Amino acid sequence: MPNDSLSVEQVRDLRALAGAIIPASQTYNVPGADDERIFNDILRSLERDRDDVCRALAHLATFAGGAFADIEPERRAAVANAFRDVGGAPLAALVRVVLLCYYRDDRVMRSLGQEPRPPFPKGHVVEQGDWSLLDPVRARPPIYRPVDGRATKGGAG
Amino acid sequence: MHDKVDVLIIGSGASGAAVAWSLAETKMHILCLEQGDWVKPTDYPSNGRDWEARLFSDFAVNPNRRARPTDYPINDDNSPIKVVNFNGVGGSTIMYTAHFPRLHPSDFKVRTLDGVAEDWPIDYATLEPFFAENDRMMGVSGLAGDPAYPPKQPPMPPVPLGKSGARFGKAMNQLGWHWWPSDTTIATTDYDGRGRCINLGHCTPGCAQGAKASTDITYWPHAIRAGVELRTLCRVREITTDEHGMASGVIYYDAKGEEQFQPAEVVIIACNGVGTPRLMLNSVSARFPNGIANSSGLVGKNLMFHPYALTYGYVDEPLDGNHGPPLCLWSKQFYETDPQRDFVRGYTFQFGRGVGSIIEAIVSSTAGRLAWGEDHHASYRKLVNRRIGLSAICEDLPEEHNRVTLDPVLKDSSGIPAPKLDYTISANSHKMMQHGIARAKEILNAAGASNICVESPILNGGWHLLGTARMGTDPERSVVNEWGRCHDVKNLFIVDGSIWVTSGGVNPTSTIQALALYIADSIKQRLANLFD
Repeated sequence: MPNDSLSVEQVRDLRALAGAIIPASQTYNVPGADDERIFNDILRSLERDRDDVCRALAHLATFAGGAFADIEPERRAAVANAFRDVGGAPLAALVRVVLLCYYRDDRVMRSLGQEPRPPFPKGHVVEQGDWSLLDPVRARPPIYRPVDGRATKGGAG
Repeated sequence: MHDKVDVLIIGSGASGAAVAWSLAETKMHILCLEQGDWVKPTDYPSNGRDWEARLFSDFAVNPNRRARPTDYPINDDNSPIKVVNFNGVGGSTIMYTAHFPRLHPSDFKVRTLDGVAEDWPIDYATLEPFFAENDRMMGVSGLAGDPAYPPKQPPMPPVPLGKSGARFGKAMNQLGWHWWPSDTTIATTDYDGRGRCINLGHCTPGCAQGAKASTDITYWPHAIRAGVELRTLCRVREITTDEHGMASGVIYYDAKGEEQFQPAEVVIIACNGVGTPRLMLNSVSARFPNGIANSSGLVGKNLMFHPYALTYGYVDEPLDGNHGPPLCLWSKQFYETDPQRDFVRGYTFQFGRGVGSIIEAIVSSTAGRLAWGEDHHASYRKLVNRRIGLSAICEDLPEEHNRVTLDPVLKDSSGIPAPKLDYTISANSHKMMQHGIARAKEILNAAGASNICVESPILNGGWHLLGTARMGTDPERSVVNEWGRCHDVKNLFIVDGSIWVTSGGVNPTSTIQALALYIADSIKQRLANLFD
């Protein structure tokens, strides 16, 4: 896996944590965030958050009393959720990277009914809506505040 | 040394572009120095699959996070609201939502009407023709007939209501409260070489379609064709003065980082409410030991942001999510002062269409709404594309202790001191925000939303940088006069949001540009005796 600064242990813990946050689901037919393709994307995308991610992983190892990846898979979610309360800004940065990569995966997007494509150039369709909804507002007198009596009527709304 | 120019403009954003275009008809030699570079439409995030991720990297709204070579750091540790800006041709019009309300007539008369702050030395009527001209140049979409404003005629029809807007409209009608489609600089028809909006839905960090008006694609092509020179990657360090106390030019660092001197007959500052006082305070001399044109001591003081109180909830059906321009409606129901309330002045509600699916996941995870573990997927599917929200954009009254100074330690990559902000939200603003949150909850309830959430103030909500070199007729109480000329230096002008006397409760770009056009017109009218 491409990575130029996280240790092997940190990579293991990060992957285990990603999978604990977002596990695979047969119900929704989606991979977990520890899926190889998604996790490679996570490692490639640390960029500005690399230091925070390292801090969060160090804190996690202390919190868990050892390598998070060594915890029984059934217990990881409970530990991760407890860590969620104390992880602070570094953990928030780590989770942000996980979510950024997970929810742009083709398989995940399709499971949500989204087209796996950038917004441009196809764009999207937004319905005009019913402009007659404005009729009661159109019927109101001016509500802007009089200033020097110039073209102003009514008062505060 | 470079040849002397007639007019030197510092900054190519909303106001710098407008003043450059307006002055171009004089055929003077006009040069604009911009510390950023051109941004190609193909560089905008909506071209790629990582379009939401780039909001956290090279298109982050916060310059400290974005940290491009063209950005400068800002020490905002002592402010609950962080600065949002962009440095490039077009300035922060590259990084705005294109919401385009004008100030209201009452905003220019707050001392007279409400006994607070100070009146502006100009009024809405004076700016009205420049509002209209700017609407035409920027290309405004909207709907005539809003009872909250004097008559105006946007050149293009409004952006669509969509599912979210229709839901809000019904809720507001149920409550009997004002609402109206927003004026926006997103083109709804092909306009002046720009393509019409195709609902990319990711307007804030630039529009790949070119439907959103940023001044690099509105004013600048016209200004350059008319002969204005725009020099990019030039970071101005200071404005120099001559033995008579007149501005003589600027010292700047060019694209190679080499120091240059550019002489000029007239200097116009257009660097926004943080960049402008930073530059002025860094322009010291024997005559101006506290910064250029600062005999009032007000350069950098009276910083106003507009605190935003965001309230949102979730409905039981999919809405528009991030599809379409993010802001579609406003309400002025609570804009004008009401003596029955426990605060003066008021706020605009701006209604949001929704957010992207990744932003939803991040925000909801941070807030603890989005489950981790086995419940994650079911939890997420109750949130994505179901958000409906609105913000109260509150008038921020001027207070001298809210200020921009030069940081004694932090510097940019050119070694220029960074701006340091000291800012607190006033008691009046807090009361206004609480009022807005309470009304927003009523609106969301009427719109069928539940799971109501509040973010107040919006942390990264310092879009509007105002008041730090304000205008007025009294040189002891203002930095520039009623047509933008510095009281102390008669060939130095300021045209950006720094010169605002009060903030109103609206997004400021429309009024900033109308002011810039008005000042340019004032300069043109006085060319024969500009320095008298």
